[in-house]
This record gives sequence, C-alpha cells and structure tokens, in this order.
Amino acid sequence: MAKLSIADLEEIRNKVKKSTLLREGSFNAKITVHMGTCGIAAGARTIMNTLIQIIEESKRNDIIVTNSGCAGFCSKEPMVTVELKGESPVKYSSLNESKIKKIFEEHVLNGRIVAEYALAIGNEREP
Amino acid sequence: MRIKRKNQSRQCSLPDEKVDLTLLDELLKKYSGKQGSMISLLQGTQEIYHYVPVSAIKKIAKEANLSESDIFGVITFYSQFRLNPVGKYIIKVCHGTACHVQNAPDITNALMIELNVEDGKTTDDRLFTLESVSCLGCCGLAPVITVNEDVYGKLKRADIHKIIQQYKSLEEKQNG
Amino acid sequence: MEFRTHIMVCAGTACVSCGSFNVKKVLEEEIKKRGLDKEILVVATGCQGFCAQGPIVVVQPDDIFYQLLTPEDVPFLVEEHFLKGRPVKKMMYTPPGEKTEIPTMSEIGFFNKQRLIALRNKGLIDAEQIDDYIGRNGYNALIKVLTEMTQDDVIKSIKDSGLRGRGGGGFPTGLKWEICKNSKGDLKYIICNADEGDPGAYMDRSIIESDPHSVIEGMLIGAIAIGAHEGVVYIRTEYPLAIKRLETAIEQAREYGLLGKDILGKGFDFDLRIKQGAGAFVCGEETALLASIEGKRGMPNKRPPFPAESGLWGKPTNINNVETWANIPWIILNGADRFASIGTEKSKGTKVFSLVGKINNTGLVEVPMGITLKEIIFDIGGGVPNGKKFKAVQMGGPSGGCIPAELGDTIIDYDSVNATGAIMGSGGMVVMDETTCMVDVAKYFLNFTQAESCGKCTFCRIGTKRMLEILQRICEGKGEEEDIEKLQELAAQIKDSSLCGLGQTAPNPVLTTLKYFRHEYEAHIRDKKCPAKSCKTLLTFEINDKCIGCGACARVCPTKAITGEKKKKHLIDQAKCIKCGACFDICKFSSIDKN
Repeated sequence: MAKLSIADLEEIRNKVKKSTLLREGSFNAKITVHMGTCGIAAGARTIMNTLIQIIEESKRNDIIVTNSGCAGFCSKEPMVTVELKGESPVKYSSLNESKIKKIFEEHVLNGRIVAEYALAIGNEREP
Repeated sequence: MRIKRKNQSRQCSLPDEKVDLTLLDELLKKYSGKQGSMISLLQGTQEIYHYVPVSAIKKIAKEANLSESDIFGVITFYSQFRLNPVGKYIIKVCHGTACHVQNAPDITNALMIELNVEDGKTTDDRLFTLESVSCLGCCGLAPVITVNEDVYGKLKRADIHKIIQQYKSLEEKQNG
Repeated sequence: MEFRTHIMVCAGTACVSCGSFNVKKVLEEEIKKRGLDKEILVVATGCQGFCAQGPIVVVQPDDIFYQLLTPEDVPFLVEEHFLKGRPVKKMMYTPPGEKTEIPTMSEIGFFNKQRLIALRNKGLIDAEQIDDYIGRNGYNALIKVLTEMTQDDVIKSIKDSGLRGRGGGGFPTGLKWEICKNSKGDLKYIICNADEGDPGAYMDRSIIESDPHSVIEGMLIGAIAIGAHEGVVYIRTEYPLAIKRLETAIEQAREYGLLGKDILGKGFDFDLRIKQGAGAFVCGEETALLASIEGKRGMPNKRPPFPAESGLWGKPTNINNVETWANIPWIILNGADRFASIGTEKSKGTKVFSLVGKINNTGLVEVPMGITLKEIIFDIGGGVPNGKKFKAVQMGGPSGGCIPAELGDTIIDYDSVNATGAIMGSGGMVVMDETTCMVDVAKYFLNFTQAESCGKCTFCRIGTKRMLEILQRICEGKGEEEDIEKLQELAAQIKDSSLCGLGQTAPNPVLTTLKYFRHEYEAHIRDKKCPAKSCKTLLTFEINDKCIGCGACARVCPTKAITGEKKKKHLIDQAKCIKCGACFDICKFSSIDKN
C-alpha cells in the first residue's frame, strides 16, 4: 500500500464512517464480541466460534462478526454487542453457548431483543 | 503475570542437561551486532527450551561477546527467566491483590497438597510446575489460575482436585 | 460559556427528511421563550445511527433519546424536561416488541458516571483494523498538529489542559515535554511505559488491547512536539495479546505511512519499536526502565540528570505511560479547555481505574476527576457482595495505601488522595470488606515490595525484609507490644534513605493500615485474634451442634482430621488440622465455627 496523504486519510475516514454505521453498507447486522484478555479468559473465544458456526449454518451473508477490546465490565464477561441496521446497539452479558444461540435466533435473525440476557442498549459517551 | 521472585541464587548446582544448541543460531544471527539486546536474546532462548540452560548461557556469552556473569546477573534479576527445566503443564496461581483478598493463598495451598509439590517446583514426573504470579490481569475472575493456556476463574478449593484430575486423565489416555 | 445541557438534534439525511430541522427551530424558539437559552444549547449533529426512529433528539449529559418527534411535541417536552427536569417517558425510545424496557447505558450505574477519554474507543472498534480507528476520528489530531500547530502550540495546549502523568507520579505532562524539547541534543527518544506492574491494575493492557492506535497517535504528537524521531514501547512480556495487537497496529500504521519517513507528506520522520520487559516491578521506575531497554539489570539511577536531559543511551528522553499517551489525541482534537473543564482545580480530565476485589461490578472504569470514592464503589461498582460491610479501598498498589470506609467522601484528585496517605497510582482500586484482614494486606504488599526491591539501597533491601518478618510474626500470633513502634521506625528510615519510588513508597501500605486500623494490629498482638477471621494460624475450626453428619467435610479434609459416624456430629482433631478452611467452605449447614 502506498503512503497516504492527508486527503487519502480523510477519504478512508469518510468511507469507514459510513460503513460502520451500517447505513449504507451491505450488512444488516453486526455482532461484536468483546475479546480482551479477561473476556477471552471468561470464554469469549467459545462465543466467537459458536457465532461463526451458526452464521455459516444460517447461510446469511449479510451478518458480520467482528471482535473488539474489553468493554470494561469484567464481571459480566463474556459480552457481545448486537447492532441491527438502523437500530441502537444492544449489549448482552454473561454469555454462554446456549445463550448466544438464542440471541442469534431471536435478535439477529428475527429482530426481537432477548431482554433476559440484555445488559443495556446504546453506547457510552465521551465528555 | 509476573512470576514471584524465589531465591534462585545460592543454587550452584544447576542442571546440566544435554540440549540442542544449534537451535540458538538463528536467534544469535537476528540480534547480532544490535545494541542492548541481551534481554531479547534470553527471552528467545527461553522460548526455545522453556528455561535457560547453562550451556546456552555459555554459547550466548561467547558468540554475542557478553560476559557469562552479566548474563547470569540479568537472568537472576528478572523473574521471567528460569534456570531449571519445567513440567509439561505450568500452573500459575495469580496472587494479585484482587486474588489475594479472594483467598488465592488457599488455592496455592490446595495445589501444593494435591500435587505434593512445593510452590515454585516441578513434580517428580515432570508433569506439573506450580508457580505463583503477581497478577494475571483477570481480576474480575478472581481467584484465577492458568494451566498452560487454559484459564480457570472464580475458583474454590474444592475445584482444584477436578482440574488436576482432568490433566492427569488426559495424560493417561495419551499414554494408552 | 457553560451550558448545563446540550440538545443534539440529529441532522443526518434520514432525520432531516423526517423534519428534524423544523424540530430544531421550534426547540430553539421554545427554549428562548422560557429564558433557558443561556443554559441549554441546541446543536445539530451527524447521524446517530438510529434512523428508523427519526427525528432523533439526544439530551446530554443525561443521554436520553427522544424519538419520532414532531414540532407539536416540542413545547410539552421543553416544559417537562428542561424546565421541570422530568424526562418524558412516552417520547423515549423503547425497543420494538418488548414488554420489559431495557435500560439505556446511562440508566445503568456502572456506565452513567463514567466519562470516556482514554477509553473512548473501547468496545467500539476492532483493534486490529486501522481503518476502524481512522473512522472514529483517529489520526485527525495528528493532521491538526502537522498542518496547523507549531511545536510550542502543542506543548502549550497540553500544558493548558492540565494533564498530569497517569502512571502514578502525577507530573504535569506539558512541562515534561517542554523540558525535553528544550534539552540540547540532535537525537531524542520518546518512550511509552507499558510496564504495568501494580498487582490489580490492568488499564494499560486494556487500552493497548482495545485501542493501540490511540497510543501510537499520542506518541507521534509527543514526538513532533519534542523533536524526536525514534520511539520505544516498553511493555510487559506477560501481556501477549496486547503485544500482538500493538505489533499489528504499528505494522498497519507503517503501511499507511503514518510511521516512517515523511509522514503524510509533511516531512516529519518517526518510527516505533516494541521492547518486551522481563518481569521486574522496579522497571516501572523511569531510570530502571531505561537500564532495562539497554539490556541491563533494571536498577534505578539517581536523578538528576533527569531522563529529559540524559535518558536512553544518554540522549534526552521523554517517558509517559500508556493512559497519558491515549489522552493526547483527544486533547488536541477537542481542545485543552474542554479537557480542563473536567475535574478539579489541580487534577484535570478523567482517570481510568480497575475496580476489583470485594465488589459486585468488577471492571475497568473511566471517571472524571472530582468524583468521590463512594460514587465509584457504590454507584458504579454496585457495592460489596454478599451483604458484607465495605471496609476499605486500596489505591496505588504496593506504593499506595488503604483508605477506610469513613473517608468514602474523599474525592479523586492527586492531592486529596495523597492527603489520606494513599496515592492515585496507576489506577488499581481493590475493594475490601469486613473479612479482609488489614494486617494481612500490609503483609501481602510488603512481601511484594520486598521481593521486587532491586537491592541497590540497603534500607529498601533489608528494611523491607525486616518489616515483613515483623508482620509475619504478628499474623502468626507471635507479635510483641513494641512491634508497632519498630514498624514505624523502619518505615521512616526506608522512606528517607531509598533512591527510587519503590523504596520511598514501600512502607505506605503499612503506614496507612496502622493509621486507620491500628486496633487490628493490637488485636493480633495482644489478644492473638484476627478480627477479620482471616489469619489462619490464629483460628480454630470446630464443629457445632448443627452438624447433620453428611460427611462432606471429612471427604474434603486433606489431612483426614475430621472423623465421625454417618448422620452423627463429626469432630475435628485439632492436632491434625492444618486450618486450611476446606471444611468451612464446603459445609452447607453452617455447622463449622471458625474463631
């Protein structure tokens, strides 16, 4: 990759901003698994593997799984954030394999938030 | 995950095991002529042998033009380095503050009884090495131990027996 | 001018098409009509990503979402929420098809008192994708510095922000940069101290794991300000995931030309490498860290000369810790004033703490300076589990101290925390309840510093050992009346005659526990009792009449000290008992007394 100029950087920024908001991208759902050291220790890897497997089984190609760092709430790990196109992200906590399967089935595929496992809706803010 | 310092000085009779020293060649080449790379060299050595054999110290000293005593000084200064071979499974018991107040000493105690080995030592069958570390950084799961890459959190004394048995039976299976 | 509330009206394409500009106009009129225009600011923002519910209005700092607003709703909303302070539930967002309302992040105590600067991207971006960081305004601060600011502008901005070193010392960052910039030398170094050694603190690891580019960008800005072209991140080898993510980040930044020669075509060169530490707590000290990077035993040297004048390989060197670096891009982008508006008079901005120990919500939290300990422990941390009483909180790791529950109203800033005898430190906050023995805690930390003392200064090397021995004796019930005095004397001498921070602060855990929990020491020494029932040698385990003879205790006892017939009360042979507590843990009928 060639070195960037300031204009190139701005272009990347604009492109990313659009796609991360899931507005204009081709994806309809984004699942973020929080994988810091503590999350992995608490079992985030299993959650990730399960997700990859069930997405494959669902034959949907408009769902992305990505990982991100620690969400900070260590006692509630493993955590994932589910974001559907045009909706506010929902954080789920203290997950295991069967819970993530249910969340995938209910929330990701059918748009019904699984309230019993949900921790919160929305994102944190900067000052 | 700092390994707690044990007195490893005054221990003049270090094990002199036969190891394949040619494994060091690539490492020595990588850091050849680079300033201040003694620690990186030793980290690389330990990655190869899981400890720093005496013969490796001699070879590094000779080829990297360092003094053996300087190398020994650095090894004994930093808790990462080991001068003794380790077991197949390294058990690290976290003794960070959070784990300490959640009864980590009990966990070490239980492991010492279960494995019949002192803290910092390896079992006679070279299967387990028991270590205390200062913080694994999984304070939310306190008290925590790791067995090689596996992490076990929110432990109680009673869990220890099951965890160890699991590895023992795995070994038995592998050995037929 | 300070506004108490910001109303963010979404001006994304979708909301505008639903009439958000009309809503904004009416909002402004209504607010003016009621004389609130000095307190409340209405702003148009970019898309909130909540397009299906537009027009969206978000009220800050309460973080309340209003959805599907019409101009007709506005007068009622302004009257209820902004005049009378009652948020209007029916206009808020409720997830579709849900009976149970799921709280927003800000309705959850754990999140709503937090303010994110250093952790601004936590959980939002993929740390291994540089584009994700760029998308969140990453490297924008670098562009600003390269195109609009001089070296002095940058330093002035950091100075004005009031940012102080987040590694524990609290030295003003801008001043540190200025000294290094003014030092003579053709070659200068920038170092990121990621040798996070305090047990119970892991914020630096988490920042690097979740947002490595914020640290790289911070270092780049520091390098420009000081005039350095080489940087080193000294990171604990015990953090494999953090190292891997940082390596990836550095590689990606190089590919984009954000590291290397002629950065962004602006003629500035800077590159970065990683140096792994090898496990020595003392290497968190600046001069010891430098020795370790040079491949030597990590022993501290005397200052002056300070690293800013003569550091790595004898060249001027600026060292800041991970969290400090991660704050820099935010300050440049959002302005020093905005940063300085958060916090107290002498401590600005936010601080990240790892909240651990006997607490319900363990985790990593970023709070504004000036918040009280109680707010952190109860509102964010959710208090102490299992109905136990909050006793103390340990701050600052082995260099810090224990702050008792009575001082829960202490605010978080460098000076207020110092006044208690603890220190801000790197941000470990370990909560303790009534079952934690304070003498044991002091012993724990002394054991740590004693083992980690590099051995250069006699008082640190031998003094800490003697203190530890005394504490061990006290915990075993062999303490003597004059032990407390001896501890105080040794503490004073170690503080006075040690070269580096490790020795100078090593006695702090003992001194603070003596100051606030002297009665616990006295109970151990005089009555040979541990009030927290934690010191094992001072306890006896006995089986009471509630025993139903289930035999669970006998099965777990490692020394077979418990005997008894089935369904009959069991008995512990005190001669065989090693006081491990296994029986106490397993008994479901509270039939084991420990006293």
